[in-house]
Amino acid sequence: MLDDAIILVASNISRRFGGLTAVDRVSLALVRGEVHAIIGTNGAGKSTLVNVLAGELPPSTGRVQLHGKDITRWPQPRRARAGIGRSYQRTTIFPRETVFDNCRLAAQAHHQYPLDIINAAVRCCESTKLAHRAIEQAGLSGQATRIAGTLAHGQKRQLEIAMCLATAPQVLLLDEPLAGMGAEETERMLGLLVALKPGHAILLVEHDMDAVFRIADRITVMVNGTVIATGEPVDIRKNADVQTAYLGDVDVAAAATIPA
Amino acid sequence: MTRRAVIHLLPLLAATALLAIFPFVGGKFYVDLMVTTMILGIFALSLELLVGLTGLVSFGHAAFFGIAAYATALLAPQADAASIVWLLPAALAVTTAAALAIGALSLRTRGIYFIMVTLAFAQMAYFVFHDMKFAGGSDGRYLNVKPVLEVGGVTLLDLGRPLTFYYVTFGALALVYGLLAAVRRARFGHALAGIKANEQRMRAVGFSTYPYKLAAFALAGALAGVAGFLYAVKDGFVNPEILAWHQSGTVLLMLILGGIGTLRGAVLGAFVFVVLKEFFQSETLFGSFARHWQLPLGLAIIGCVALMPNGITGLPSQLRGFRPSVPHAG
Repeated sequence: MLDDAIILVASNISRRFGGLTAVDRVSLALVRGEVHAIIGTNGAGKSTLVNVLAGELPPSTGRVQLHGKDITRWPQPRRARAGIGRSYQRTTIFPRETVFDNCRLAAQAHHQYPLDIINAAVRCCESTKLAHRAIEQAGLSGQATRIAGTLAHGQKRQLEIAMCLATAPQVLLLDEPLAGMGAEETERMLGLLVALKPGHAILLVEHDMDAVFRIADRITVMVNGTVIATGEPVDIRKNADVQTAYLGDVDVAAAATIPA
Repeated sequence: MTRRAVIHLLPLLAATALLAIFPFVGGKFYVDLMVTTMILGIFALSLELLVGLTGLVSFGHAAFFGIAAYATALLAPQADAASIVWLLPAALAVTTAAALAIGALSLRTRGIYFIMVTLAFAQMAYFVFHDMKFAGGSDGRYLNVKPVLEVGGVTLLDLGRPLTFYYVTFGALALVYGLLAAVRRARFGHALAGIKANEQRMRAVGFSTYPYKLAAFALAGALAGVAGFLYAVKDGFVNPEILAWHQSGTVLLMLILGGIGTLRGAVLGAFVFVVLKEFFQSETLFGSFARHWQLPLGLAIIGCVALMPNGITGLPSQLRGFRPSVPHAG
């Protein structure tokens, strides 16, 4: 692993809500060219961790570094401009706009020029280029003029990734991108994630174990806010702690959820 | 040009032409009423930037209208004609500063709290002018001599002349409309529309939304200030009632009547509101009942909103979407 491939490092992140510790001293590094999956039951603190990394929530303790620079105190928009893109558990797109306009607006974040009221936004060349590239990368080439709200669920999730890509990110924080998808849509999304791997460091929070074990290069298992195991899929699959803590003691459930 | 563009442009051109020739065809009373309507149109346009484009429902927008009107009346010399060259920028500077301060604080809240906080600030402004002696208290204050525009001893514009004032107001309305149209198609406007649609998503792609909202709030305040300036000059008199909460409510009503989300809706809403108000205030039509004009006006507005939930500008698409369900025979 080359050092300059390490893009985002979180050290000792904790996040408390009143008396509840949602994330408890979690450390992880995201590396370009890798999919780092985080798995864990509901309430394990996965989404809170994503929110802390994205800058939506400040951590109670701990540090976040981007290329070695401390960004713990940076607000979300600044982190986004620096290269941290994210998708949400619930699809958040602009449903009344076209696919292209969704992406163009996202790309505009890099070329904001709010004082320029002479030129129409749609004529901003750089944003247009970024948007077209993102649509293509996300596999939505034929859909650019569709109204986003009329897309199928899987395509909406693709659009959300396209909006991230339009900001030219280095890190993709994806919160359950496969939720609610059919088999075919899942395949398409997995293909997309694999294709995005070379240029990005991807954090994948996901419940679909089949998918996670197929594409993850590294898996972190969280229970009650703490990391109980982290490593390559082969090791995680064998880990006894994971078997008991995450899957419960029921062997049937284990067999069904973790593919051998 | 596409058919769609023509459909949008034609009424706009027709309205512009009509307003341009109106002083020559309308009687004195109606020309005066049209000036009031155009001033309210500017006021409604300024709020449209907040409510329609950015999705910020302010219930205190009359504060900026009133602050500009008071600034105009208080800054102008008592005996001489002030020059528009400094009086208008000064009034707008005061108003923009107030909008920045009020916006900076109230934009820390959202939704219903934003509505309440803007209302509270506007009420504070109301009582400041209501209770301050130098501003004339509840009696208000006069602007004795109307401002002029002089260059080298030659009077180019004398706002004391009704015809001049009509065209200055008309020009201001066109300028504000044009400016807001430019804002909407520019990157700034697209970012504001994005904030209205989904602020969380805008932040996630890299927009610092707070400065955007504050800029919109300040610009809306400044444009309401243009309306306030014209209002003070028109009547030559200001009193605290122009900052009162029902003024903020009235301008919101204009937007709702015209249809939130379009510039022409704001102007149309102001026009319809003034027409309805004059109609129900008419003693020739309603006799002594005209004193109770608020009652039928309120009912008429309720009727409008019930029948046209998207306002007047939303009517065509509402009618197109409406298909009466005719049961099949047999």
